[in-house]
Amino acid sequence: MSRTSLRLALAGLAAGLAASALSLTAVRAAEGRVEPPALSWSFSGPVGKFDRAQLQRGYKVYKEVCASCHAASLVRFRNLAQPGGPEFTVGQVNALAATYQVKDGPNETGEMFDRPGRAADAFPSPFANEQAARAANGGAYPPDFSVLAKARTYERGFPRFVFDIFTQYQEQGPDYIHALMVGYEEPPAGTTLLPGQYWNKYMPGHLIAMPKPLNDGQVEYPKGADGQPQVPETIDQYARDVSAFMVWMAEPHMEQRKRIALWFMPFLVIFAFLLYFSKKRIWARMPDGSATH
Amino acid sequence: MSGHSSYVPKSGFERWLDARLPIIRLAHDSAVSYPVPRNLNYMWTFGGILVFMLVAQIITGVVLAMHYTANSLLAFNSVEHIMRDVNYGWMLRYLHANGASMFFIAVYMHIFRGIYYGSYKAPREVLWILGVVIFLLMMATAFMGYVLPWGQMSFWGATVITNLFSALPVIGEVIVSYLWGGYSVDNPTLNRFFSLHYLLPFMIFGVVILHVWALHHVGQNNPTGVEVKNVQKDTVPFTPYATIKDVLGMVVFMIVFGWFVFYQPNFMGHADNYIPANPAATPAHIVPEWYFLPFYAILRAIPDKLGGVLAMGGAIVILAFLPWLDTSKVKSMSYRPIARQLFWVWVIVCIGLGYLGAMPPEGGYVIASQIFTVLYFGFFVALFVVGLFERPKALPTSIADAVLASAKGGSAVRMAGAATAEPNVKG
Repeated sequence: MSRTSLRLALAGLAAGLAASALSLTAVRAAEGRVEPPALSWSFSGPVGKFDRAQLQRGYKVYKEVCASCHAASLVRFRNLAQPGGPEFTVGQVNALAATYQVKDGPNETGEMFDRPGRAADAFPSPFANEQAARAANGGAYPPDFSVLAKARTYERGFPRFVFDIFTQYQEQGPDYIHALMVGYEEPPAGTTLLPGQYWNKYMPGHLIAMPKPLNDGQVEYPKGADGQPQVPETIDQYARDVSAFMVWMAEPHMEQRKRIALWFMPFLVIFAFLLYFSKKRIWARMPDGSATH
Repeated sequence: MSGHSSYVPKSGFERWLDARLPIIRLAHDSAVSYPVPRNLNYMWTFGGILVFMLVAQIITGVVLAMHYTANSLLAFNSVEHIMRDVNYGWMLRYLHANGASMFFIAVYMHIFRGIYYGSYKAPREVLWILGVVIFLLMMATAFMGYVLPWGQMSFWGATVITNLFSALPVIGEVIVSYLWGGYSVDNPTLNRFFSLHYLLPFMIFGVVILHVWALHHVGQNNPTGVEVKNVQKDTVPFTPYATIKDVLGMVVFMIVFGWFVFYQPNFMGHADNYIPANPAATPAHIVPEWYFLPFYAILRAIPDKLGGVLAMGGAIVILAFLPWLDTSKVKSMSYRPIARQLFWVWVIVCIGLGYLGAMPPEGGYVIASQIFTVLYFGFFVALFVVGLFERPKALPTSIADAVLASAKGGSAVRMAGAATAEPNVKG
């Protein structure tokens, strides 16, 4: 009797949640949200690692395209050489940092001065402050990239968010960023865009202040032995590479985290089994030696 | 339950100390020889798990505080400094942030267990009320902790929740300005929240000591709800029996904890909190952390602001009155056929409220929240009424009888066995 009513109640709850999940999808669509496609990333899953070559390409895209408007003020040049990242050599990083001029000071005469960048410096920001950034971008503020891959997501809804615990899907950020890069379209007939507005399939509400940033062939990629680029120089590939790079910027110690889990989680499971059998043994007898049951 | 002390000092130093400060005797009596009902199931391991979580939160929190800066201009970047530059800082922060969620998972299991087995009934009313006090302190601590990273959800969550107090007549505005330290959530708010976030865990620790003291005075409840009658037959000493079982429970709990920390560290957080706080831009949907969602749903279900605040507060405070709202003398719902069904419906209502709290407050969600709010409070009314006429199943005569009967298997045997069985001592 109670089992049946419990089952009925559970079934009712599941049906109610599913129905509201469906209606939520409709609400989201009405708000102008299109779900980005889920891509396959090298860093997903319990043993996922960053693809070094991809991060290096992603940095190139960031540096040559995005960095003209978007800061990444929490990332330092030295991070580019640390393990678990793009792993440029220390020499490469020092040389790279030195190509920037960094404001420093005051010196002993009280003056601010420019000096060549060092590995310990943060990526220089393209604008002095938010107001300057807005003034140069038609009033819009290009967000800082440092943690942006973790700050962007889309609604997973019931029941997918439950499955995500087991599948470890958590790449909403890079999926969305990639989709945004490839989502520039002509606006549907009848939509008039104001100056400084662009139409993007995946932007919530579809109107975006950023002009289409990437075009095929815009960034030159390293060539293979045959003189051809190792990966296609397309918007799609640029978007994948820069999204992966942004995930690394937002989560620079991800590889260390998963490496620790690789021994720590099995350790816990084995420890739990040992405890379980010890517990069985202890509980087999009462303190006076009689059987517990 | 606390009987004659069985501690025997073994060395000269122990005898010397025992005559002056019987601290080893205290530890021995409460963690070694303390008698534990022999039929406790794994739901009873959450008490130990909660102590573990409290200590883990304090340790990670103290180290995080060494690197954190409580200033509205620096807080967000200081958290990122911990994530990027502090050795294993990412691990400390993810342990602490996910630890809060795991703490609440454990406390909800602990509360559900207490309700199902009637652990709030005489003589455990004070023990139960202390538990409700701990729960309230935990909520305050967790809320203020979530403000510290100074992201968008920190800021706007703090704005929404602190504003609730303004609904209270006369004192409301004063409370809000003291919480804010100004005219809006700003740097003074962050500073006092940090101070209180550091203070409250130690207050929790103090109340936990009282909670455990009360527990050790009245003894543990057990799945039958029948009190211990014969310490020899009904109980086992805490060590090694309960110790090994609690440690096993903790390690299994740590596997779940580790899964989130190492594989899904941001699953239970909100993406918007990785955007620095901006008083000029409101997020599309302001939602609290998941463990507050059922109460948030109750708040929004009531169309009146003061009414919503009172309903939300009442949803927690009503727990403290449970010992007197439940009129049944039988503790364990295993022997209460009607109350038991009400309980499971109520669990589903709580989960449903949690879901509704995460949904936008529009249309069908509001109506559903209102229905579920009525059901939430209806549970307590129903417990009051049902206790007056419900006919419980036959209770086992003692814990030992219940254990022996269930070992033979079958509920029919349990009833018969409960009446007749003598412990079949083999050894």
